[in-house]
Amino acid sequence: MPVLLVPGVLRAEAGGESRLEIAAAGTLGAVLAEVGERWPLLARRIRDEQGAVRRYVNVYVDGEDARVTAGLETPVEPGSEIQVLPSVAGGAE
Amino acid sequence: MTVLLAIGTQKGLFLASSDDERRSWQVGPAQFPGTAVYAVGVDPHGPRPRLLASVDNSHFGPSVAVSDDLGETWQEPERAPIAFPDDAGASVERIWQIVPGEPGVIYAGSQPSALFRSTDGGRSFELVRGLWDHPHRPQWGAGFGGQAIHTILPHPDDPSRLLVAMSTGGVYRSGDGGESWSPANSGIKAYFLPDPWPEFGQCVHRVARDGGDPEQLYAQNHHGVYRSTDGGDSWQSIAGTLPSDFGFPIVAHPSRPGTIWNFPLTSDSERHPTELRCRVYRSTDGGEQWEPQHHGLPTGPYYPVVLRDAMCADTLDPAGVYFGTRAGEVFATNDEGESWTTVAAHLPDVLTVRAVRV
Repeated sequence: MPVLLVPGVLRAEAGGESRLEIAAAGTLGAVLAEVGERWPLLARRIRDEQGAVRRYVNVYVDGEDARVTAGLETPVEPGSEIQVLPSVAGGAE
Repeated sequence: MTVLLAIGTQKGLFLASSDDERRSWQVGPAQFPGTAVYAVGVDPHGPRPRLLASVDNSHFGPSVAVSDDLGETWQEPERAPIAFPDDAGASVERIWQIVPGEPGVIYAGSQPSALFRSTDGGRSFELVRGLWDHPHRPQWGAGFGGQAIHTILPHPDDPSRLLVAMSTGGVYRSGDGGESWSPANSGIKAYFLPDPWPEFGQCVHRVARDGGDPEQLYAQNHHGVYRSTDGGDSWQSIAGTLPSDFGFPIVAHPSRPGTIWNFPLTSDSERHPTELRCRVYRSTDGGEQWEPQHHGLPTGPYYPVVLRDAMCADTLDPAGVYFGTRAGEVFATNDEGESWTTVAAHLPDVLTVRAVRV
């Protein structure tokens, strides 16, 4: 099943876990929807209430930036790794 | 008697406390380090004051954290406490204000301009539809800091009456608990619009309610300082004896009618204190006459500004007044501005201050 890799700064929101096994597959949107059900606090750090990935959060599926592939429609295979990383563009001034 | 001063900054929340009649202050370490704290609300209606902090992480978005032990520990709900419903088609960018209403009710103002209402102590909020669906909303604009409701003034004697202010858009009032809203900007100039006296569209920076007369209001605008003596039906300029009509905060004495403070800046294009001096201005007659107050404040050329929510008063007598600057300094007076002491220095930009008697 797909695995979501949680950055250190968000592990408290994932119960301390660094790897989350996700039952859903097919698309990134399906993966993030499951995250929203099982880890809602983590999910709202990644996406806003309209479902958009936050501007300074990057999500990679098997090493490819989902923003430049197919966004939430990016295909996710059963063995895929989804990596969530805070962008270097964010952060307080 | 202890006074707790919550100092929200661009990079965390600092809690300062004084046990000696507000003469000296101990400042704690940063909470929510690296996270902007744009607003702190204090709900006085429980057994202990409840603190509610607007925490805004530049990566991971806005939220509201709640503390029932005066900031020792904080809790944040799993689900977003403030969020637009799906059909609103909007996302909360920032929480600019958290204010208690009648017992059991807490209001929050957001960017984009919306009002939210909580009846569970701030753990969850619901969009106030009457204002969100207002036909004026498509014409509300964005000030330099974004488009937001930054002022919420529940009426102290009538829970059905509520006033909000937004930049830009101006002042709006409800007399039916938020079901319907009307603009209340008569007499407030919007010099930056083709019609400088519009029904709405003003860039109000902050509104304060008089401590003795709830129908008397004060507004600091984007150029313009005003008073209303009729609950917002009409406004008159009170900028006549101020060195400038530009600035951000305006604060009313907690109980004495007609006593207010602000922090004038030179102009829209020159956002520094008038004459480059760190001076608070006080009026004791509702804004007819203003006098500078600076004893104990920095001398010499001074450039930092005071943001709209970075000045407040406590509820003591004599009143304490507090303000923080974008240079990370926080000052306090325990004698209504006659003399000032430094609470903290070298903090990040101060965004908000709130004083709590505990």
